[in-house]
Amino acid sequence: MIIKVLGPGCANCKNLERVTREAVGALGLDATIEKVEDYPTIARYGIMSTPGLVVDEKVVVSGRVPTPAQVRDLLTALAS
Amino acid sequence: MAAYWVNGWLWDRFLYDALGMAPAARLTGTIHFFLYDTIKIALLLAGIIFIVTVLRSYMSIERTRAMLGGKREGGGNVMAAGLGVVTPFCSCSAVPAFIGFVAAGVPIGVTLSFLIASPLVNEIAIGMLFSLFGWQIAALYIAAGLAIAIVAGWVLGRMGVQRWVEPFVFETKLGGHVIDPAARLSFDQHIQIGVEEVATILRKIWPYLLAGIGLGAIIHGWAPAAFFTTYAGPGNAFGVLVAAAIGVPLYSNAAGIMPMVQALYEKGLPMGTLLAFMMSVVALSLPEMILLRRVLKPQLLAAFAGVVASGIIAVGYLFNLVLA
Repeated sequence: MIIKVLGPGCANCKNLERVTREAVGALGLDATIEKVEDYPTIARYGIMSTPGLVVDEKVVVSGRVPTPAQVRDLLTALAS
Repeated sequence: MAAYWVNGWLWDRFLYDALGMAPAARLTGTIHFFLYDTIKIALLLAGIIFIVTVLRSYMSIERTRAMLGGKREGGGNVMAAGLGVVTPFCSCSAVPAFIGFVAAGVPIGVTLSFLIASPLVNEIAIGMLFSLFGWQIAALYIAAGLAIAIVAGWVLGRMGVQRWVEPFVFETKLGGHVIDPAARLSFDQHIQIGVEEVATILRKIWPYLLAGIGLGAIIHGWAPAAFFTTYAGPGNAFGVLVAAAIGVPLYSNAAGIMPMVQALYEKGLPMGTLLAFMMSVVALSLPEMILLRRVLKPQLLAAFAGVVASGIIAVGYLFNLVLA
């Protein structure tokens, strides 16, 4: 599973990265987490409000930081 | 609500009765103003941020773009400015939003109207102006902010600014499946977003807020009324210019400077000058300019700042004339 956190480095983007890393750790998933900070790439995913979360090239969250529980649910559903 | 009304009475009793301070003394007035205003503004802000955020969470920038797609200049500028007010938007997303709008075919001028209106006409500021000064001032603020955003976006669009946009913006192909963050949220989630936003904003702006209220309290208690009316009152032709210039290097949320605006207003500063100051603090900020530099060439950035600044100054003078 390849997870990308999209955002130029604002506070919310860092929060999303932290929440995602915690969720991956808690679920014991075999996933790589990348940070995407460059605007053209972010825009190419169709994201207009940062932060964004992309799992295996599919946008799953944009514009807000979900709660840790929501991220765990999301990743569990996508991993199965 | 109840806490709001108890506030003034409580500090009266505490300072005058419990500490035995004289109500007429200057220091008492300053301390009372500070304590009373801190609680009052904090309660007001929390209420306003909550209501605004919950309402706004039903809207999203994806919907705004869908509504603006295929709109021409003119009508499009009007619509973009109006949507700029109601769409939840953080200036940290200015660049991806700009690319997303332009790549989807929204004209540059219309996109700029949106980007100008969004910070300039701030709902929290509307709520604060309404509670502190009444609906007329709040309405004037909205009308002026919309007018600046519409005219500035239209003028910039007319200037043929496409050549001053970084070329990669036009080469960006939109891919991926766009998700709407406002979709599929339960009512509880809307409320939860509101509560989180109150906490986030108050945590971010409390130093500005305390500094603003502190300055306000000092002005309230110590600055002689004649001082401000002499140097920045209606008689000074350069008052608005100076106010707008002071606002540029200051970067704060509109809510954070409201206590100072209120104190200065009580000291006889004209509303036009104060609104120009407030608008220049929120709409002309260096950090946002640096962000926008990624997509706009320096010429367009300069034109953008110039047109918005002229608009703010014009509004300041107009209000001072109308309200005099």
